Amino acid sequence: MNGIKHHISDDLLMGYAAGALPQAFDLVVATHVSLSDDARARLAGFEELGGVVLSDMEEADLAEDSLEQTLARIAGTPVREKRVEPSRGIFPEPLRKIVGGDEDAVKWRSLGTGAKQCVLQTEDGVSARLLYIPAGQAMPEHGHRGMELTLVLKGAYRDETDRFGRGDVEFADEDMDHTPIAEAGEDCICIVATDQRLRFKGLLPRIAQPFIGI
Amino acid sequence: MSNMLMFNDHAEQVAAAGGSCPILLGPRRYRAAHDGTVTPTEKTELHWVACVTAIAKDEDKASFALLFRHFAPRVKAFLIKSGADESLAEECMQDVMATIWQKAHLYDASRASVATWIFTIARNRKIDLLRRYARPEPEGLPWGPEREPDQADVMALQQETERLAAAIRQLPEKQRILIERAYFGELTHSEIAAETGLPLGTIKSRIRLALERLRHAMN
Repeated sequence: MNGIKHHISDDLLMGYAAGALPQAFDLVVATHVSLSDDARARLAGFEELGGVVLSDMEEADLAEDSLEQTLARIAGTPVREKRVEPSRGIFPEPLRKIVGGDEDAVKWRSLGTGAKQCVLQTEDGVSARLLYIPAGQAMPEHGHRGMELTLVLKGAYRDETDRFGRGDVEFADEDMDHTPIAEAGEDCICIVATDQRLRFKGLLPRIAQPFIGI
Repeated sequence: MSNMLMFNDHAEQVAAAGGSCPILLGPRRYRAAHDGTVTPTEKTELHWVACVTAIAKDEDKASFALLFRHFAPRVKAFLIKSGADESLAEECMQDVMATIWQKAHLYDASRASVATWIFTIARNRKIDLLRRYARPEPEGLPWGPEREPDQADVMALQQETERLAAAIRQLPEKQRILIERAYFGELTHSEIAAETGLPLGTIKSRIRLALERLRHAMN
């Protein structure tokens, strides 16, 4: 929607359109696209490329009774799929589906400093999690071993680069060390996809890292 | 099975199906050769839109058979290129084509070409089957496809699609092959960034059109 200042990059959108991203990144991109007209329009462009690729495929041979079998499948499932209504909470539908509800349905785990997290999915070192940072507090300082994609869902944070509010995304890689601090006044909730485990710099978080799985 | 369609008797039935959406069909005429092949002039974007519309409105099996005939072999080829073996590709393709029937009423011709819509269904099904997870999709827009799309918007989008397809076909072969490989899932996203050169020029006006549509609809 309006007000989004930090947009997602074209390579991530094309990767999403092509189905080439890890699952956790798919989730963050789908959630961001739900909030951003700009991303939705660009995604439509990249999906159109997929349509052209499909149109230009050389035809494969089908099973002899392929159409009949397909019609039989259709006859077996007469119910038409219903459209999913857009979410009215702070979590857009793709996130809502994974969490099983909105903000109040999240099973948070404390990170010890007032900050909380909830790991949504992990696969081969790539994970998606929700982070909750109390107003005015900092996320533990961390560098990156791989790439990290953060989307703000509620409140806002600032780091060395800029301010990030609802719908904004920030992409970080190995070369970036940043310290996001939630803005005063409202707690901040983000969804973060990381492609490798982060390494924390502070002493306490480093001890905690093996246990909390960041 | 008495109403099962054969490929060689489409012409009259599709003409009848077209009657339900005369605006979309416009002056285009259906001609089917004796062997049932659809002649190239008929394979326009609006023709496929009319087929999906006929499925959505009238559960028209002749239109479905036409779509099937054109897209099923391509969907199957796409799945094989994406790593499915022959039998999985056939199974998955049938599933994709059945989904087209079930979701026909959700298709919005002012937002995507039929080929693109089918591509997204095939891609999602491929991820379901090959990578074994339900792909998260962005939520729908606050206005639904139940609202009849504006015919001028449909025309504009479908014409833009034809322009886009022509532009892609004119890219250097090397770049075209990389785009194909990206959509077969052979490239990671960083390889996509590094290797395809992101063919942004070809989709620029397509993106502008989508943005205008979104903003117009919000007002």
